[in-house]
Amino acid sequence: MPPKKKAAAKPNVSAEELLGHYREMLLIRRFEEKAGQLYGMGLIGGFCHLYIGQEAVVVGLEAAAEEGDKRVTSYRDHGHMLACGMDPKGIMAELTGREGGFSKGKGGSMHMFSKEKHFYGGHGIVAAQVPLGAGLAFADKYKGNGRVTFTYFGDGAANQGQVYETYNMAELWDLPVVFVIENNQYAMGTSVKRSTKSPSLWERGAAYGIPGEEVDGMNVLAVKEAGERAVAHCRAGKGPYILEVKTYRYRGHSMSDPAKYRTREEVQKMRDERDPIEQVREMLLTGKHASEDDLKAIDKEIKAIVNEAAEFSKESPEPALEELWTDIYATEIPQEAS
Amino acid sequence: MATEILMPALSPTMEEGTLAKWLVKEGDTVSSGDIMAEIETDKATMEFEAVDEGIVGKILVAEGTEGVKVNDVIAILIEEGEDVPAEGASSAPAAASTAETAAPTLAPATAAAAPAAPATDATPDWDADVELKPTTVREALRDAMAEEMRRDEDVFLMGEEVAEYQGAYKISQGLLDEFGAKRVIDTPITEHGFAGIGTGAAFGGLKPIVEFMTFNFAMQAIDHIINSAAKTLYMSGGQMGAPMVFRGPNGAAARVGAQHSQDYAAWYMQIPGLKVVMPYSASDAKGLMKTAIRDPNPVIFLENEILYGKSFDVPVMDDFTIPFGKAKIERAGDDVTIVSFGIGMTYALAAAEKLAEDGINAEVINLRTLRPMDTDTILASVRKTNRCITVEEGWPQGSVGNYISSVIMQQAFDYLDAPVINCTGKDVPMPYAANLEKHALVTTEEVVEACKQVTYR
Repeated sequence: MPPKKKAAAKPNVSAEELLGHYREMLLIRRFEEKAGQLYGMGLIGGFCHLYIGQEAVVVGLEAAAEEGDKRVTSYRDHGHMLACGMDPKGIMAELTGREGGFSKGKGGSMHMFSKEKHFYGGHGIVAAQVPLGAGLAFADKYKGNGRVTFTYFGDGAANQGQVYETYNMAELWDLPVVFVIENNQYAMGTSVKRSTKSPSLWERGAAYGIPGEEVDGMNVLAVKEAGERAVAHCRAGKGPYILEVKTYRYRGHSMSDPAKYRTREEVQKMRDERDPIEQVREMLLTGKHASEDDLKAIDKEIKAIVNEAAEFSKESPEPALEELWTDIYATEIPQEAS
Repeated sequence: MATEILMPALSPTMEEGTLAKWLVKEGDTVSSGDIMAEIETDKATMEFEAVDEGIVGKILVAEGTEGVKVNDVIAILIEEGEDVPAEGASSAPAAASTAETAAPTLAPATAAAAPAAPATDATPDWDADVELKPTTVREALRDAMAEEMRRDEDVFLMGEEVAEYQGAYKISQGLLDEFGAKRVIDTPITEHGFAGIGTGAAFGGLKPIVEFMTFNFAMQAIDHIINSAAKTLYMSGGQMGAPMVFRGPNGAAARVGAQHSQDYAAWYMQIPGLKVVMPYSASDAKGLMKTAIRDPNPVIFLENEILYGKSFDVPVMDDFTIPFGKAKIERAGDDVTIVSFGIGMTYALAAAEKLAEDGINAEVINLRTLRPMDTDTILASVRKTNRCITVEEGWPQGSVGNYISSVIMQQAFDYLDAPVINCTGKDVPMPYAANLEKHALVTTEEVVEACKQVTYR
């Protein structure tokens, strides 16, 4: 097992890169806040799981990905889609169930896909995306195209049997898949401590011969660095790698969760001391990579993107009633984006 | 600019709530993420956070107020130095409601007002001058897979014992030798996992054939078959789906007890997004398997262990396929229609032989695919015979026969001279004892008796 590595105190990172991370994380935060607001207005229905607090995970890992790499995740998927470059307008319009959404309004918050951006969902059954992700990696290995698949799941999913069936086969067949456990410490209302006596989730991979490590998921640079190690392992043909990314969600499990299983102080402490966006903001200002005014300009720019997405999601019409009957069967095999 | 704070909907079903407590007061500065109020929904007390930053200019709904409607303005947020706008000047945005949509007038696809005459396709599966070769169902399935694997590099076979062992039922005999370990893959015993990996591989552009040693074990994998493979095309708005085949023996073999003997035809037939095939003969098996592998959708291919060793004529052709949704009239007759599929056909054909001895000419329809189902061929036959019996080994409640009966009732009611009878397996788990097992399955005698009943003989 490689040793756990802490992010360097003075990261060797360019201002441009740091600003990019700031911008992407802020986009997710503001997008999710807007989604919460639209939910409150009744424009978004059903289940809506926000990613606020976890932004550094996807932004850090996307920074370690190359063009053509794949990603698949659970129902808490808005952040992953934004981070891989899917259009915020199409995501928000899917949340409102409109024709302009990525699934034409037929998928909703939990079920979106983008062939172009190699985003394979958006899956609502806890841990089902884990073998699916290994299957995507299986296809890449079969084709010998050198691609890697990022398969995200939570600490709750980590207790599902199919995760371990998948670990076994992924290592057996040396599949190029990075298993990313987004440990936000609560599976809906059940804390990790109340669900297992083996709380180090990444170490479970050792039973199958899969290396891994724990990562500070509130620090985007630490996530990126770990992601690069994981990707290098996969691309070298050495099989899967596990990253247990310690993160935190500020909001409830879904919009209707009052989150009474943890204290307000716990959440506030995390926000005050560990917030991933504030950390980068600090780095930018103390490193004199950006001024307050520069950051204000980015805030404004992000706000405009999110407002545009919200407007689009309200204006895009509901899908035509004929759409009820389409996309049930394919008439030809959809071509894989290269 | 002043921002209106609206009463939020905080659950999928909330229409109004109680503003339990304000955690800010007029004049307070808030930024996004600050908790502004506690609101009681129909389910719980929720904290309500600010989205925008500003100063609380005016609180319009006092704490403790019950029955506050979603989207009512509850407070006004202003910017530094700004005045609170006059009350009533604002206009709350209308809540977007899906209920505004005109009531859908789409009727379900099956409820045609006046059923048109059924359009049947009675062209034979092969030309009369084609050479025929006796082949077992087992060989036919193997030949079909081998031909398609030669034709398309993206097709591969995975499952338990499919490679080195040459198949638990020897269906994949010789495939490892010809195609190698990259394309004929032994899996650990882990149905849930490999069904998911197979489905992911299909999303990734391959065309997997996933073998279950029996479909009884596929119950461990059914979440991936239905939630992942069958629904993704729809959920993705047509962007991606799972072109793949799930295959293996289904239903009762002999003396293997309750957990190894279930017929899943009716279960899978219910799922939009799946295609469901249940072949009877070797030519069915070959022609339909080739079509299944080429189909861009997930296909459930239900084989039968007892049929594997049975021999039938298979046409010697370069590329023999049978389209889905085309039933085959195995025996023509005028007195009663017997509809069956898979191993049910053995009872149906044996019964037809016996009935002929008594001068009753049964027409026997082999459905071959259950989804899409060739109901036109059934309806055309019922219009001629005015009587119908269905035959299957599966359980009676919610059976394939039940569905066929409802189609006939809705679209050929006036043609019926007797109620449709469903001959099925008995409504019991499969017993082990030889005599009990025989009675638990449908029997030829029961089919004969049912036919006599509806022909009033």
